[in-house]
Amino acid sequence: MLAAVLSLGGIGLVAAAALGVAAKKFAVEVDPREAAILEVLPGANCGACGLPGCSGYAKGVVEGKYAPNMCPPGGSDTVEKIAHIMGLEAIASEPRVAVVICQGDNRKASEKFRYLGLEDCNAAQKIADGPKTCPGGCLGLGTCERVCPFGAIEITPDGLAIISREKCTGCEKCVAVCPRQVIRMTPLEATTHVLCNSHDKGPLVRKYCQVGCIGCTLCKKNAPEAYKIEKFLAEVIYEHHDKAADVLEKCPTKCIRDFSTGYPEGSSFPPPTVPVKPIQVD
Amino acid sequence: MDNQLYLSSSPHIHSGETTDKVMRAVIYALLPACGVSIYFFGLPALSVLLICTLGCVAAEVACCKLMGRDLTLFDGSAALTGILLGLNMPPSSPWWLSLFGAAIAILIGKQVYGGLGYNPFNPALVARVVLLISFPVQMTTWTAPAPLGSGIDAVSAATPLGEMKTAVMLTGALPEVATSGFGGYLTGNMAGSLGEVSALALLLGGLFLLFKKIITWHTPVSFLATVIIVGGIFWLVDPTKYPSPLFHLLTGGLMLGVFFMATDMVTSPVTGKGMLIFGFGCGLITVLIRLFGGYPEGVSFAILLMNAATPLIDRFTRPTIYGHVEQEATS
Amino acid sequence: MNLKTFPGGLHPPDSKQGSAGQAIETCPLPEELIIPMSQHIGAPAAPCVVVGDQVKKGQEIGAAKGFVSVPIHASTSGEVVAVEPRLHPMGKPLPAVVIKPDGEDRWDDSLKGADPSTLSVDELKDRIRAAGIVGMGGATFPAHVKLSPPAEKKIDTLLINGVECEPFLTADHRLMLEESERILDGIDILRKVLGIKRAIIGIEANKPDAIEKLTQEGAARDIAVQALEVKYPQGAEKQLIDAITDREVPSGTLPMEVGVVVQNVGTAAAVSDAIRLGHPLVERVATVTGPGVKTPKNLLVKIGTPLGFMVEQCGGLNGEPAKIIMGGPMMGQTQLSLDIPAIRGTSGLLIFRREDLPKRLEAGPCIRCGRCIGVCPIHLQPTTIAAYARLDMIDETEEYNALDCIECGCCTYTCPATLPLVQSIRHAKGGIMAKKRTI
Repeated sequence: MLAAVLSLGGIGLVAAAALGVAAKKFAVEVDPREAAILEVLPGANCGACGLPGCSGYAKGVVEGKYAPNMCPPGGSDTVEKIAHIMGLEAIASEPRVAVVICQGDNRKASEKFRYLGLEDCNAAQKIADGPKTCPGGCLGLGTCERVCPFGAIEITPDGLAIISREKCTGCEKCVAVCPRQVIRMTPLEATTHVLCNSHDKGPLVRKYCQVGCIGCTLCKKNAPEAYKIEKFLAEVIYEHHDKAADVLEKCPTKCIRDFSTGYPEGSSFPPPTVPVKPIQVD
Repeated sequence: MDNQLYLSSSPHIHSGETTDKVMRAVIYALLPACGVSIYFFGLPALSVLLICTLGCVAAEVACCKLMGRDLTLFDGSAALTGILLGLNMPPSSPWWLSLFGAAIAILIGKQVYGGLGYNPFNPALVARVVLLISFPVQMTTWTAPAPLGSGIDAVSAATPLGEMKTAVMLTGALPEVATSGFGGYLTGNMAGSLGEVSALALLLGGLFLLFKKIITWHTPVSFLATVIIVGGIFWLVDPTKYPSPLFHLLTGGLMLGVFFMATDMVTSPVTGKGMLIFGFGCGLITVLIRLFGGYPEGVSFAILLMNAATPLIDRFTRPTIYGHVEQEATS
Repeated sequence: MNLKTFPGGLHPPDSKQGSAGQAIETCPLPEELIIPMSQHIGAPAAPCVVVGDQVKKGQEIGAAKGFVSVPIHASTSGEVVAVEPRLHPMGKPLPAVVIKPDGEDRWDDSLKGADPSTLSVDELKDRIRAAGIVGMGGATFPAHVKLSPPAEKKIDTLLINGVECEPFLTADHRLMLEESERILDGIDILRKVLGIKRAIIGIEANKPDAIEKLTQEGAARDIAVQALEVKYPQGAEKQLIDAITDREVPSGTLPMEVGVVVQNVGTAAAVSDAIRLGHPLVERVATVTGPGVKTPKNLLVKIGTPLGFMVEQCGGLNGEPAKIIMGGPMMGQTQLSLDIPAIRGTSGLLIFRREDLPKRLEAGPCIRCGRCIGVCPIHLQPTTIAAYARLDMIDETEEYNALDCIECGCCTYTCPATLPLVQSIRHAKGGIMAKKRTI
């Protein structure tokens, strides 16, 4: 009995000593600021900063390689906190959200063929440039939905991607993955957008989509400072976004939408509350 | 107007062989064994099979509904699990035991992992082992065969393997059951689980699966060969203590395991080489448990243990890619 | 018969009976020939005619750009009515020259044939290149590039691909029966270009008449025929080399690495025309077939003939088409419309109706049956690669050698869960290539 206690205790002592020595000898210096920054980062490891994970970014900031404002999901709060930890002045970054600039779901926009195969927009795009007749329209196969680290994207039953303004943190992962560049980054405070991505001429757009921009310029005529027309497609000039909502009724195809009144048809997201504020993930 | 043409990635034709057809073929292959067990054990056998099958189907539907998954009932995998579980039960099992087993098989054995294709262990075997450990009395109460219309009452009896284990433990020598009466074992005239009884009916089903190319020869051949060789070595060493390989082959759940459990695609290796290793492991563990373990029968444990080793086997038996051998040789 | 083959693969119902017995018919001139500038692997040709030009048959209308490129020729005489993007078999509008035939179908007088024995190897190669000859099996790789191995690669064998393992297609089969003389002559020229003696024609055993004919006629010229087991993808380049020569082409390299050059029977025939007659590649044999076509036929079509016109020559459509496939059912490409023209790589036109399509089931979960692994001629693990591809784990797909996939389609064909395995692997390959470019 005694022998057992002694031998086990002895093994324990030796092992503890060895561990102690190893911990001292092989200790890795960690800048305490790195841990502090990691603490204030959202921790989603979304990769929006361009690095594999939050810890990589934290390390980079401490080493002075990266600026404190490279974490869009964290928002301005995080930028301030990081700047404070690093003793830098905060460079405020304007909060941005991603918007799918298309309303042409399977009922409103035509398809040039029926697609069979992998439920993935990039795979579908490789076959005759994707089934949607409109070259810029949302394919609705959910590649952005799968890539979003924050669950901010839904695909409506009729096949249209819609991004929640509350859940979106502006990490731009969806923008990078979309084969049709139909997702745009916009200022969060701007709630009115032209939801069309087709630069085709009006008559052609009418042929394949009920809700596409036909380049009629009525919006620009009625609110010249808030709209511009580029290659038959209207766009909101976001510096003057506050005036953009005034002409909603003028648009003949109703392709301009004010998100403060709700999301496009088929969405299950509740209408955004005004003023819209992003949820801070921490 | 939308275009009515379909566009897709090649190929544009399919073999027509689908998951539900595969499952159905396995169910057909099990029918002879089911028939034999009903013949020898009568209505109790039929009720065990029915309760297990319906229980599994009900559990599958309930799981799909609860988890919000698409209903996967029609791939036939749940019904197959039910039949396999039924064949793994003693004919005298009370109804609640069968039902509980069915629930375990689908819930713990399959759906918690994500449903068909994701379960690491054979669901029917998981249920059998859970029941065996939790309800040892009910799961090891056997009845002697009482063929339909023979008018014999079901009396309790021991399985040949069980009798052998007891005798060897008590006397150190093989009992009579382990040296004679093999003809009865072949047709199924012995005590045991529903699916343990008729080696011949199971063999028939297994050959059907091989013929239909649902399973390949690798696992069954290596499993059987290992049992024969390892069992044979022990028998040659001491024929009074260890039974002959033929006894190993014809008794217990070996045939059911070899053709229907070890060949379960989801839980066994994907390459031929992997299957050979898998079969070898199953055979070795089976014989070792039968001769030296605490339980009289080892097939289910052997297969479950090898199920656990499947990812590892797959990892080490990756096929050599065309064009990669020569490159290594020249560089 | 001593049949050779490769490990893996499978045998889908070959469905060739509809057109195998039909002699090659010459397809008449359509009202308009749409000749795309991109009909080969490599840089597209640049149009060198303008609207209003009168062109002769065989006249160059698109100039080759770079070494891996070939010129494009007018398929008949007539007037250039448009030089603009037209719907291409790739599924999008691409630059094309549109010719309105004058009905005379007159050859360009400047095209002169020659006796190959009077020409040097370089002259032969130049003529092959100027004739715009590409791999006629469907891959459309410029022939002159294959015939110009670097000096350090020693070529000892010429393999001629007469396998035609794709179900439904019979164009090569008919060509071997009816134009064996041109094929054998082409092989002679190719041997001269490569400076070798050993030439073997590989033919699947389901074409015994072609095997017999070429064996007899080839014997006099010292050209051997090897009968091959009926198995798809026996006609894939690497599988053909494996079967006949037992050599394995190292991953990521070309057949010349193991001293072999492979050319299709159609290519050999075209080479003969290019040298003896001076005729460039302006027509080819294509099988128009499938349950959606009234009378399946093998047509000799002018490059640029709209697919719909070809169907009309075969009794028209049989019911409502649901899938239009250029090529065979295993590797062919689906088409957007019948207005798309036949090009140099169009080995067949296959039309399915709704009821002929495989019953579309919801792709189920993989049940790990391992069939895809068993049939893969490259011995890949398609289901593993596809699973990683679905999760966008591109590095893992590369580790499982996704880049070695030849996209033959065997795995998808055999998958009981009806998973689109090839498409997933193609997706992974795209991801790997994109990654390589950014690094």
